[in-house]
Amino acid sequence: MTTAISVSGLVKTFGRTRALDGLDLTVRTGEVHGFLGPNGAGKSTTIRVLLGLLRADSGSATLLGGDPWHDATELHRRLAYVPGDVSLWPNLSGGEVIDLLGRLRGGLDQRRRAELLERFDLDPRKKGRTYSKGNRQKVALVAALASDVELLVLDEPTSGLDPLMESVFQDCVREERDRGRTVLLSSHILAEVETLCDRVSIIRAGKTVETGTLTDLRHLTRTSISAELAAPPNGIATLPGVHDLVVEGNRVKFDVDTRELDGALRALVESGVRSLTSQPPTLEELFLRHYQDEQAGVR
Amino acid sequence: MTGTWSLIRLALRRDRVILPIWIVVLSVIPGSTVSAYEKLYPTVAARASLNAGTGSNPSVAVLYGPAFDLSTPGGWSAWRYGSFLALFIALFAIFTVTRHTRAEEDSGRLELLGSAVVGRYAALTASVIVAGASSLLIGVLIAAGMASAGLPVAGALTLGLTLAGTGLVFTAIAAVTAQLTEYSRSANGLATTVLGAAFLLRALGDSTPSASWVSWLSPLAWPQWSKPFVNNDWWVFLLAIGVAAVVASIAYQLVPRRDIGAGLFPSRPGPATAAKSLSSPLGLAWRLQRGSLFGWTAAVVVMGVIFGAIADGIGGLVGDSEQVKQIMERMGGTQGLVDAYLSAIVGLFGMLSAVYAVQAGLRTRSEETATHAESVLATGVSRIRWAGSHLVFAIVGPAVLLAASGLAAGLAHGLRSGDLGHQLSHTLGAAMAQLPAVWVVAGIAALLYGAWPALAVSGSWAVVAVSVLLALYGPVIGLAQAVLDVSPFVHVPKLQPGTTFTATPLIWLTGVALVAVVAGLATFRRRDIG
Repeated sequence: MTTAISVSGLVKTFGRTRALDGLDLTVRTGEVHGFLGPNGAGKSTTIRVLLGLLRADSGSATLLGGDPWHDATELHRRLAYVPGDVSLWPNLSGGEVIDLLGRLRGGLDQRRRAELLERFDLDPRKKGRTYSKGNRQKVALVAALASDVELLVLDEPTSGLDPLMESVFQDCVREERDRGRTVLLSSHILAEVETLCDRVSIIRAGKTVETGTLTDLRHLTRTSISAELAAPPNGIATLPGVHDLVVEGNRVKFDVDTRELDGALRALVESGVRSLTSQPPTLEELFLRHYQDEQAGVR
Repeated sequence: MTGTWSLIRLALRRDRVILPIWIVVLSVIPGSTVSAYEKLYPTVAARASLNAGTGSNPSVAVLYGPAFDLSTPGGWSAWRYGSFLALFIALFAIFTVTRHTRAEEDSGRLELLGSAVVGRYAALTASVIVAGASSLLIGVLIAAGMASAGLPVAGALTLGLTLAGTGLVFTAIAAVTAQLTEYSRSANGLATTVLGAAFLLRALGDSTPSASWVSWLSPLAWPQWSKPFVNNDWWVFLLAIGVAAVVASIAYQLVPRRDIGAGLFPSRPGPATAAKSLSSPLGLAWRLQRGSLFGWTAAVVVMGVIFGAIADGIGGLVGDSEQVKQIMERMGGTQGLVDAYLSAIVGLFGMLSAVYAVQAGLRTRSEETATHAESVLATGVSRIRWAGSHLVFAIVGPAVLLAASGLAAGLAHGLRSGDLGHQLSHTLGAAMAQLPAVWVVAGIAALLYGAWPALAVSGSWAVVAVSVLLALYGPVIGLAQAVLDVSPFVHVPKLQPGTTFTATPLIWLTGVALVAVVAGLATFRRRDIG
């Protein structure tokens, strides 16, 4: 089996709200897949459909070769889930919750449990109510990472962790991947996605808008160029892939799609380049563009 | 105190459905049944004999409170509704105060508000004002309803205001318990324990003429002991205000002594690893529900022992005129005052068990809305296993409560009367006969949870209220049998000597309950979680 999760044309409505509107998602076995999108884009809804907690209105979803709704119980033994907003039973200690969830999944590696508690610096004796948000997330993370499962479904697992714990988390996810486990990681932290994820899917308003490797996506980003030329520029405005062009005498500033960079530079050289600065493409810029597009679309 | 007004408006907005329901239901009951009295006791003679027969009957007083003058519709209404209206106003006050104080803190929402411009005492003050003002409004509406039904204004005001006074006292009590514990569940538990004790003191004092001063220890008894329509001792209202003020000031003293989110009783660290028993959904449900089950069991055992111990003396305290027998029959008993009394007591245990059953069954809903259910259902636990492990408590729990209360009452009564063998089995049997009716209520709660989760909480409590009120008040106000039949408690056969016991209604009730539970689980399997 080469795909762990395969979703196509998923639709889910809540009353009049169309939370998922034909969403597609493919996660290959053994990869860490980043799942991104603005707040309310439908990430958690997708995950809850994949966990059989919600029933999709239409579309198909396959999880570890089974149907997430009909085969929920059997599939759940092979995965571990960390919800975005971890809510613990107020009168159970963290250690009890870790053991309980592990046992309900079908077993817990005690050595790994102890090691993870150590690494995440988590006191398992405190009651659920007294943990901070970050520590509640650590409880759910330890329970998930210490379980012997094929797939980890993590819904914004690090939103409450401090930078030190964030790096512990990243190490843990890398170890999981090295053991051949598949990870679906919903996240807003771009540095985390850049370092961990093999491929990413960006969703917006319940639809997938981009999917691919980070290298693929970098090609979708734009490079910012600003240059001082020997003569006024000529023909740049008509080049494909050039955006936001500003010309002041011999100076030019513009953004260019990374795949059209070559043509733009040739045009500059024709006018004679005195100085040139270029800002490399960042994923952040790509994400912001997608996120902002949505806001523009809403208006 | 800054921000109190905003919090009051927030509370009113959040309670915009439930608050009017409480107020309307509680305030229309007494005024609307005056005509039933006229119909049931049309003549002076009938009223005089009712007065003579029931006025001093402790087996009636144990549930309904003392009767001071049943020869007027006002005196009759005060007797008939006084104790239960007081009970429900107290419950209303407790739930309202806890919902807007400790429950808000428990969920972390108060922290969000607390960081805005909201004073330290604002949440407490707002909830006390909402619950207190609503209690007063209920009292005034009760008085207005009775006065407009043609009853004397002075008596109507005395009853209405003293009932409001009971609401104020329990508003203050809930304000204190909300400071003591960390969880809203335990704050409600603590306040209802105080309420249970107050009910017990009232029942004890009212049914034991030689020790009627005990009733004055219970704020639940005050409305009736102000003797509305007889003496109109309106100063009892001032007593209630005074007590409420003193108790509320304790709550205000406690607020600055603790952190937000924390209780006065600090939580201790727990075990670092889970016990063997905590490895299944049932183990988890047991862990979450055992405290409540133990508490309820202890409470009904205490009640059983006390009610059982006084049962034997009941017969000697009443005359046996024709009217007494009539009243006894209306109360559901058929023969013998002691049996009628015991029958009333086990009926009460049945209703209490239904309250427990619904509370235990609704744990499914609170686990779901707190997203705890999601964590468990994302593991290898099927939905049926998860929901079933909580519903077990709604089904087996009432059996435990009824067995414990029946045993306790039977033992106490048997030892006092020197007829242990017969009384024990008789009382236990009568208690257990309530079980199928309780199961019907629990089953409907399970069905609501599966099919209409958003309505599960309010709907289930409405079912409890309708079943209990129909069984308690339906016969006495002369409702048609077809209406009474809606309540499962009406169908429970009375285990009295002289009547032949028929199991048919019990089998029917059990069947209805079974169908409801199965339908609830089936619909739960097919719906979205959350």
